[in-house]
Amino acid sequence: MSDQAVKKSLFTPFNIIAALIILGGIPIAIMRFTQGLGAVTNLDHTNPWGIWIGFDLLTGVALAAGGYVTAAAVELFGMKKFHAAVRPAILTGFLGYSLVVFALLFDVGRPWRLPYPFMVNQGVTSIMFEVGACVGLYLTVLFLEFSPAALEWLGLKKIRKVVVRLTILLTVFGVVLSTLHQSSLGAMYLIVPSKLHPLWYSSYLPVFFFVSSIAAGLSMVIFESTMSHRNFHDKMDAHHIEASRHVTFGFGRAAALVLAGYFAVKVFGLALGNHWDLLFTGYGFWYQLELIGFVAFPCFLYALGVRDKNAKIIKFAAFWTVLGIVLNRLNISFFCFNYHLPASERYTPHWMEIGISLFVITIGLVVYKFIVTKMPILHQHPDYPEEH
Amino acid sequence: MSDMIYTLQDFMTHTKGVVYILAVSYLIGFTAFWCFLFRRDKKED
Repeated sequence: MSDQAVKKSLFTPFNIIAALIILGGIPIAIMRFTQGLGAVTNLDHTNPWGIWIGFDLLTGVALAAGGYVTAAAVELFGMKKFHAAVRPAILTGFLGYSLVVFALLFDVGRPWRLPYPFMVNQGVTSIMFEVGACVGLYLTVLFLEFSPAALEWLGLKKIRKVVVRLTILLTVFGVVLSTLHQSSLGAMYLIVPSKLHPLWYSSYLPVFFFVSSIAAGLSMVIFESTMSHRNFHDKMDAHHIEASRHVTFGFGRAAALVLAGYFAVKVFGLALGNHWDLLFTGYGFWYQLELIGFVAFPCFLYALGVRDKNAKIIKFAAFWTVLGIVLNRLNISFFCFNYHLPASERYTPHWMEIGISLFVITIGLVVYKFIVTKMPILHQHPDYPEEH
Repeated sequence: MSDMIYTLQDFMTHTKGVVYILAVSYLIGFTAFWCFLFRRDKKED
């Protein structure tokens, strides 16, 4: 490749923006680790969890659910026509969880103590131990599930063969761990009944988190497939292009059914709390916007798209559901948390917190682009035809 | 109705009752939704 061609391939709008965000994020990261949390965040004892937990962790884990949802559909329920979606979904899950742990290093006051729950003091009565243990173990499972693609790229056939044999075991383990920690993330908020607004607080929070994570996972797979089609079309082989159509309609139908179930459990939760009177307050209208605008509406859109065989509607519904999941997690951790406090004592993220979140997401996108460009994620490796 | 709630028993009876009504309505609604989602496929088959 000539120097000019290399320059042209390096200086793309994506690369330039990503480089600027990463270069901007490095000094903030240095500040965080040299001067502490107080230098770069607005966190305090009243608001100890900010957007690094509400967005990077809660939303990140929910949106990374595509890995276990797709792997379970294909490997456990035998829906082989979605096989082409497994590797991209596992990759998104693996990167999503890696970034969650990476972001947690910024948020935890003494990040070098992150392995303590495993090695020093388990604290098994804490729901956070359950979350930490599951996320740690599931990240390992995702790494192993993803590794065949990397091993094919590296040409390590023997190790790949061993890992591929473990697929079913890893999938079962992944589903069990995901079920546990997706719900436990909701269970973490059971400890704050007086701080979280009653419309969002429910003893069924773990159920809400788990069911919504399935919808999030299905929608993320469709959304990611759409983005891959647009940006990495040249990396996709005919098999993957054809399969993405099955994925859009099959996952769209599943998402419609799951969102219908999610809508029902949310309404049941509302009824069990007997909070109907709060529906016509300011927070009530916000709650209705979330429930009708970001659960019922995309559910209807998915159903319409599947019924009319309209991929555009399904893709829009997927994008809208992803936004809805982000809104739900932010409502619980941020907008409707400490709702009774005066505005002066409420938490608003520092611009450097947002900077670190952008920094973390951008690193994820750059790594995703690198892996998809180099490894057999959106195409079959010529040495292993029809194997994945 | 909520003015008549004095005890936990009252509260549970009221809220559970509402949930049972909602659950039955939901099952009927879900059947309709299922038909909306799958009927065209069956016609094509």
